[in-house]
Amino acid sequence: MGSIKLENVSKSFGTVEVIPPLNLDINEGEFVVFVGPSGCGKSTLLRLIAGLEDVTSGTISIDGQDATEIRPARRGLAMVFQSYALYPHMSVRKNIAFPLKMAKLDQAEIDRKVNKAAEVLNLASYIDRRPGQLSGGQRQRVAIGRAIVREPKAFLFDEPLSNLDAALRVNMRLEISELHQNLKTTMVYVTHDQVEAMTMADKIVVLRAGVIEQVGSPLELYRQPANKFVASFIGSPKMNFIDGEAASKYQAHTIGVRPEHLRFSRESGPWKGVVGVAEHLGSDTFLYVTLEGGEQFTVRTVGNAEFHHGDVVYLSAEPENIYRFDENGLAIK
Amino acid sequence: MATDHSRVAARFMISPAVLLLLGWMIIPLSMTIYFSFLNYNLLSPGMEEWIGFTNYEYFLTDPAFFAALGNTLLLVGGVLLITIVGGIGLALLLDQPMWGQGIVRILVIAPFFVMPTVSALVWKNMFMNPVNGLFAHAAKALGFAPFDFFAHAPLFSIIMIVAWQWLPFATLIMLTALQSLDQEQLEAAKMDGARKFNRFFHITLPHMSRAITVVILIQTIFLLSIFAEILVTTNGGPGYASTNITYLVYAQSLLQFDVGGGSAGGIVAVILANIVAFFLMRMIGKNLET
Repeated sequence: MGSIKLENVSKSFGTVEVIPPLNLDINEGEFVVFVGPSGCGKSTLLRLIAGLEDVTSGTISIDGQDATEIRPARRGLAMVFQSYALYPHMSVRKNIAFPLKMAKLDQAEIDRKVNKAAEVLNLASYIDRRPGQLSGGQRQRVAIGRAIVREPKAFLFDEPLSNLDAALRVNMRLEISELHQNLKTTMVYVTHDQVEAMTMADKIVVLRAGVIEQVGSPLELYRQPANKFVASFIGSPKMNFIDGEAASKYQAHTIGVRPEHLRFSRESGPWKGVVGVAEHLGSDTFLYVTLEGGEQFTVRTVGNAEFHHGDVVYLSAEPENIYRFDENGLAIK
Repeated sequence: MATDHSRVAARFMISPAVLLLLGWMIIPLSMTIYFSFLNYNLLSPGMEEWIGFTNYEYFLTDPAFFAALGNTLLLVGGVLLITIVGGIGLALLLDQPMWGQGIVRILVIAPFFVMPTVSALVWKNMFMNPVNGLFAHAAKALGFAPFDFFAHAPLFSIIMIVAWQWLPFATLIMLTALQSLDQEQLEAAKMDGARKFNRFFHITLPHMSRAITVVILIQTIFLLSIFAEILVTTNGGPGYASTNITYLVYAQSLLQFDVGGGSAGGIVAVILANIVAFFLMRMIGKNLET
């Protein structure tokens, strides 16, 4: 169980329309990631699904039932907040037990479920501590624990990893993915980090200014971006764009080439440029090149390329990996 | 952080202030203690003599003392109850978004700026007066007999006046506590299935517990020494019905000119205040730790 369907859902705050009417299907068991730059309405969309905000128009159905007017707790969804929103005056055990207590389960049942969640999430060693005594990663686990004890139809995550340091973020990312494999519950995950989106999602929803730009699997978005925005948002480092004469050779207004699809040589090539910064990461090298026309290009190459500041480099694109866009930024198929 | 040298210098530099404060406290206290052992009456000057604990004996066995002790506790307890419950209620209301929020908040704070004597007189003459007071007019309009507050419920009337004065303070502290509550916690509780009532008792109230202890602590200190409101309204009467310890000490030393007895009463009041403070600090220490 756990399919969510949004039909013509829109949201306005006063006269400002944050989300114009949109349609979206989230299938049972899917890991869906909403991704977009900050302020694109992805968190608002999640809160609409959660029921923490009322929709201005349209309907939200969960498992085929109209849930638009149902209050949050009755929708059967659990949410993990960005700040974790743990209850500071309660121990970890009481935090996790809280939703069960509110559902008026008997104590034995509550204890059983809390212990099981503690076991799954490895938090038994600090179950009697208060949130204030826990580290960021532990708090994150408690927040997830509080969500899973309810056995919800779907989990909603609102940028849950943004308060963690880089190493912990990678760990938790794996743990959440693993959790999804084990529970097979629908998960809706909001992030501004395209790496999180690419690594975790079954389906990515790219949003800009409340509008869905594209929906698809990570590789679909990578291979066939619908427009320039998606093309530049998905993939790291960003796609390089060039327009004008170079683009018209390919019958396009703008062409885009990903950093990993650029070839370079010291002797000759269609685009001549000067290396600004060369980042040697060991496994990869990133070259930031300024072309003659003033465009900034990023080149990614495997291994160590011996380039330094001020070197002249000639770039060319792998012909099969050139993305073409028209003057409205839409991809030309 | 500080070196030994700077620590010594810091102690040296704050010492004048500390000594001044210490003297300010010690000298009146020791004089009071000294007077409390004397037979010292202003009507018979020059007749002071050392009488040991006799003043304490008289003060502590005086039926007025027990009446005053009870009144003091009722006054403190009653005002605390009204201001805390009322303060939380008002804070919850004021926290709602509404038109003219700024003005309303200032209006709520206003009673705190009125002098105790003035507000007590306003209450006495304009509200609670059985002939001209607003309450009397309201009662008459509804067909009831006017109620003579200070004659029939003197302590209750004083509790009302003092509570009215302190309600803004409590409201203000509660409001700031309420505004510092993380909204995501309330939303999480909403998702967890807690309705308004449960959200208040499980999330909001525990969050405010620290503010509540602060209100209790500060108010208790001030409420133990309520005096002006009693002086301008009931003068401690009828009988001892609205006399608290502070007022009893005043009556002893300045109405009966018995400085020795008054001093003994003052020392008893200090001891009582310390007992209350001891229990308060234990309670608060527990609450402020986490």
